[in-house]
Amino acid sequence: MPRHSLVVRLTHWINAIASLALIVSGVAILLAHPRLYWGETGAVGAPSLIDLPIPFIFGHSGWGRYLHFLAAWVGTISGVVYVSAGIVTRRFGHELLPSKAEWSWTHVQRVIVDHARLRLSAHASFQSYNVLQRLTYVAVIFVLGPLVLMSGLAFSPMLASATPWLVGVFGGQQSARTIHFFAAAAIVAFLIVHVAMVAATGFTARMRSMIVGDPGSAAEQL
Amino acid sequence: MSGLSRRRLIVSGLSAAASVTGVGAMIHVAGRNGLIPPDHTGLFGVGETLTYAAQRVIAGDLALAREFSRNDISTVIPMNGPPPETDTYQRLLDGEFRDWRLQVDGLVTRPRSFSLADLKGYPAHTQITHQACEEGWSFVAEWTGVRLSHVLELVGVDARARYVVFFPFDRFWESIDMADALHPQTFLAYGMNGQELPLGHGAPLRLRVARQLGYKSIKYLSRIVVAESMADFGQGLGGANPEEGYSWWAGI
Repeated sequence: MPRHSLVVRLTHWINAIASLALIVSGVAILLAHPRLYWGETGAVGAPSLIDLPIPFIFGHSGWGRYLHFLAAWVGTISGVVYVSAGIVTRRFGHELLPSKAEWSWTHVQRVIVDHARLRLSAHASFQSYNVLQRLTYVAVIFVLGPLVLMSGLAFSPMLASATPWLVGVFGGQQSARTIHFFAAAAIVAFLIVHVAMVAATGFTARMRSMIVGDPGSAAEQL
Repeated sequence: MSGLSRRRLIVSGLSAAASVTGVGAMIHVAGRNGLIPPDHTGLFGVGETLTYAAQRVIAGDLALAREFSRNDISTVIPMNGPPPETDTYQRLLDGEFRDWRLQVDGLVTRPRSFSLADLKGYPAHTQITHQACEEGWSFVAEWTGVRLSHVLELVGVDARARYVVFFPFDRFWESIDMADALHPQTFLAYGMNGQELPLGHGAPLRLRVARQLGYKSIKYLSRIVVAESMADFGQGLGGANPEEGYSWWAGI
């Protein structure tokens, strides 16, 4: 794990707060209609793709929507700053893209097997990310993040008018809503594993390094 | 202090100063161009202003909502909420809306009222569009009516006008800005899917705002007021929905 720059530490915690707000408000909005559809339209009585096993609970989408869009702005602006800084400083290339040596299948396989057997310390460095971390962060930053944002925008009626191609990409406004849900669920799964791995591989040192930038002496004992 | 960290400090300081100036300039420009929604106060107001201004700038005034074919009309079209239970509305309903009038006044040069026959006498506009509820469900339907811009032209809108406010027979009054009011897909609908507008969908007349969520397309219209500011209406937030915690801008 490289020493985190100030931009990385700031945007990390801003995005942590924004993500938490987006998840809470997203659930509040979803409760008003916990059904997912495919295509342009969907309503109670029309065929659904998935009926989520939670009850319809009304009255929380007002504050839910206000908070969701405020947090989306905060998260998007912070995400753009983070990605721009990563590209300008070339840190993405060095720290997040797997190196040539890591691209070998035998190497990836070994890291996966070690993780499956919970032999985490072999790959839990404070100097650099292992190949699974690199691939996961790249997938979250460059695939899931943009996907959750674009699919969310695709079922805005104003943007469906201004950029109808965006609705077309997702196969309809209800399809976009369904994809938005699964992209968000994948991000929630990532966050759970992310926090669990931090807890499992030296919580204090890792929190310290993401707050002040330096893992401190605790890291040396690991 | 090393040269490198001094340079970083100066760059950070300049970036911060530029950001603050940039945000200040944006707020100024947004205010001058009518890009600040009535419910702009508080922390949520920051998000609302960003969303409203960004969508207005990206979509412009004239981007059109997608129109569908008759084959796309949904077979399931839920009705949301009962018709108004007021005596006035019930009396008009009993008389099959023969005595119903739409009053149009406020910042207009020729305030007047319109009967249903008056409105049906103007050029009819039909469109098949998607309507989504903020809850998450949606449908496609065909609507027929008269463009709001046509009615506004007949009464003569004052140059100061910035909002059009809609009062129904129930409590869900709403407002839209002039850009949406004059939009070619914003109209007063008296027909749906080739029939008279059904009771549960807002008979005898409802608003249709194609580029916003369903709660802006209010039903059971009674009166339209053209205004310069929303400050004098209710709590000044621009509608019954914002007063109950739902954002005034429903383009997202």
